[in-house]
Amino acid sequence: MSTTAAAASTPQPIGRPLWRKLIGFNLLTAVILGVGGYYLGWFIGHQISGKSFEFQTATDENDVALLLAYFFGVVGFLIGLGFANYPVSRLLGKPASLREKEEQGIGRYFGLCTDHKVVGIQYLVGIGLFFFIGGLNAMLIRTELLHPVPTFVGPNQYLSLVGMHGTMMMGMMTSGILGPFANYFVPIMIGARRMAFPRIEALTFWLLMAAGFILVSTIFFGGFPTGWTGYEPLNDQAVMGMDSYICFFALVGLSMCLLGLNMMATIITMRAPGLTWSRLPIFVWSVFATSVLMVLAAPMLIATLLMAALDRTISTSFFVAGGGGSSYLFENLFWFFGHPEVYILALPGFGIVLELLPVFTRKPLWGYRLAVSGMLGVSLLSFFVWQHHLFVSGINADLRPFYMLSTEIISVPTGFIFLCFMGTMWKSRTSFTVPMLFCVAWAFNFLLGGLSGVFLSDSPSDTDTHGSFFVMAHFHYTIMGGLIFTFFAGIYYWVPKMTGLRFNERLSKIHFWSMFVAFNSTFLPLFVLGMEGMPRRVSTYSPSLQALNVWVSISAFVLGLSMLVFLVNAVYSLIFVRLRAESNPWRSKSLEWQVPTPVPVNNFEQIPVFDSDPYDYGTPLTVGGAPATAGA
Amino acid sequence: MAAETHPGTPEPNHARRFTALWVISSLIATPLVIFLLGPSLPPGNGSEQASGHVTDNTVLLAMATPVLLLVVIYLIYASIFFRQPKGGVLEGPAVRGDSRVQTAWVVITSVLVLSLAAYGTVRLLADNGAGSGSGPKPLTVPKGPKLPVQVIAQQWAFTYRYPTYGGVETTHLELPDNEMVELHVTSIDVIHSFWAYKLGVKADANPGVDNIAFVKPTHEQSFEVRCSELCGIWHGYMFDKGHVVSPAAFETWIHEQQTKFAPATKVLPPYSKTYSPEPTRRAE
Repeated sequence: MSTTAAAASTPQPIGRPLWRKLIGFNLLTAVILGVGGYYLGWFIGHQISGKSFEFQTATDENDVALLLAYFFGVVGFLIGLGFANYPVSRLLGKPASLREKEEQGIGRYFGLCTDHKVVGIQYLVGIGLFFFIGGLNAMLIRTELLHPVPTFVGPNQYLSLVGMHGTMMMGMMTSGILGPFANYFVPIMIGARRMAFPRIEALTFWLLMAAGFILVSTIFFGGFPTGWTGYEPLNDQAVMGMDSYICFFALVGLSMCLLGLNMMATIITMRAPGLTWSRLPIFVWSVFATSVLMVLAAPMLIATLLMAALDRTISTSFFVAGGGGSSYLFENLFWFFGHPEVYILALPGFGIVLELLPVFTRKPLWGYRLAVSGMLGVSLLSFFVWQHHLFVSGINADLRPFYMLSTEIISVPTGFIFLCFMGTMWKSRTSFTVPMLFCVAWAFNFLLGGLSGVFLSDSPSDTDTHGSFFVMAHFHYTIMGGLIFTFFAGIYYWVPKMTGLRFNERLSKIHFWSMFVAFNSTFLPLFVLGMEGMPRRVSTYSPSLQALNVWVSISAFVLGLSMLVFLVNAVYSLIFVRLRAESNPWRSKSLEWQVPTPVPVNNFEQIPVFDSDPYDYGTPLTVGGAPATAGA
Repeated sequence: MAAETHPGTPEPNHARRFTALWVISSLIATPLVIFLLGPSLPPGNGSEQASGHVTDNTVLLAMATPVLLLVVIYLIYASIFFRQPKGGVLEGPAVRGDSRVQTAWVVITSVLVLSLAAYGTVRLLADNGAGSGSGPKPLTVPKGPKLPVQVIAQQWAFTYRYPTYGGVETTHLELPDNEMVELHVTSIDVIHSFWAYKLGVKADANPGVDNIAFVKPTHEQSFEVRCSELCGIWHGYMFDKGHVVSPAAFETWIHEQQTKFAPATKVLPPYSKTYSPEPTRRAE
């Protein structure tokens, strides 16, 4: 297959037997080696634990075996995909295979491919799949909460659902915007032909996919009862399903860290001539700020989970009070990652909103420098607020005024983003297209999320709201209202570029309005429920709160249906009808819309030279302040 | 602008119109929030701390209202007046910023935020932790006599020890009315959180940690106690009813408990700030 470089353009020989096509480094090999590695690890684990091989199918708990099984499984999976080929052939002194660059056609999407545009689409589909699974969990949770006592699932299954939903969303959706859109568009936006480290780019995606399936596999090992926070010592006490959580989050952390490093390296070193930092598209700035957070926060997560895994397997007692450890240590370490994490989720959303606004308002981005300093300010401050998650825990209680201050100060740089939003819209000529509607919805949702955050950041007031449904409503407003809405804005805006096809306008509008209304109808009442004293993560609640809970559940089902509308729209428009998109339907001046569709393998024939930022919209003002002429 | 499409029609003064809309609606809505919504805000007046939280929530809501109105009215205003005509290809003015507006915004939001933090700090310290868990050595301690009550959390129940009454351990919580109570919250297994919603009290129960919270009930009532930190499969069932009773009734009740639990008190470990059990291992 890779004998000559010319293989790239010549079509595959006709009549090649099926077995010949299946052999090689592809998804099938990866799954076979992954399963093989899994059982190898399982076997070794049981040998290490001093148990006989026959016991592997018994119900006996063996964390060593499961963790090793996951480890070898992931390694086998990656080898099967072909990640070892390049380093091994270099080690052996042979010419490195460039197969992943040569292959063309649909097959590229199902294996290791180092083309950043392929990885972007792989991310979009892969993450969409796990977003769907996480959403289904939420539907099941809301079904259970129709009744004040458990009727639908048992308490153990309920907690597993809660944990799966939270962990899936927080883990997989971390790369929700950076994965698909930054991988696809950052190189094009900065005038580069590829990412700085294309193999690492592919690795981040396949690590994430392996992680996703590991998290789903927790249902075979009893689930995990801790929610996405995984607090110790409950973590230490939990059944084997907890190891899936540990493995999942460690792999997500690794993927995040590599993704961040790759983005930083690309943005710093590969900008085209003339693209100074002050001309960088604002979306690229947000990706840069997010990447800094990813690189600094994710290693903390991996280390924390390693300690938790050691506690569970060889009884090291980092976090177990009776053995000299401290449950506070885990809380500190976890939130040292966990708080930057929530800004990792929010920042790319800021970027998408501010990137799209100038296109749809036909005005330059208002307050570019303020927006950039807002993003950098948020990322810097996000490392100094983590103990606001622990206001009532008794840890370091004298420092609560400091964390209250630092948390509330974060709303200043976040306010910059709002000012830039409002400034850009001021006296504009806004077309309320579907992506623009999602951006406006972002402003509303994130505003409510931010304002409810004030109640949580105020330590006295947090006494009531901490650990209640109020918190849940708050972070769904910031994360779902902030990240998922902008994720959809990105889909509607950029998929015409990625595929050359566009969505059905009517279905898209139905999707937006049903999603926006159902989202608010689901999460606004949760503020009230929290204020009325309903704790998070319970399947039993006071019967007096049932009416409101039923309302929330029904709204949540409608929200789920709105996602189905999107799915129908995507399948209908992109697969069946294949509506052709114009080459630049939004009349955008950004570079990614100036290259041909589909984007050529190397993006540009000639590296572009920049002489301005991409926000050259609007009619210049004359001296008197009035516009000179009508816009072009 | 409008002048381009309809020559001769003067562009309305958007800045003045929008500001007027916002100021007037804020002037109407904020007092409504303070005087109508404020008194009915949770968690009610079960204790001095709870009443304090009602005040805090009212203040925060009153500060949030103009901000909410600013953005919401802006979004509505913009989507009515700053539209692209159907099928139009008009461009907006090429304005890239306004240093006066930006500076004013930075200054105003900073002042708002700093005053919020200052207010929160004052409230936190003046109210001795405002009913939240303040660690083993709270920075401020209320003056006067205090009734120490230890809350011991375990999977999946709370028990209560009264060290000034011979360290008796009860299965329900009763508190005397109008007396300052010093809650010592600890756990003997995983992390729990003691939440008496109507009293405005919440304190995490960590193994090996003595987490102190102060609360002073202001009238006789029954209140719900719930665990608010995920602690395992029966977390949702970790609730109980507590009572605030008159001091005389409390004395009667606690002496009943002392008699009733006398055999148990003898074999209990002596009262201590924390209890450190052997770590539980699943394999054992």
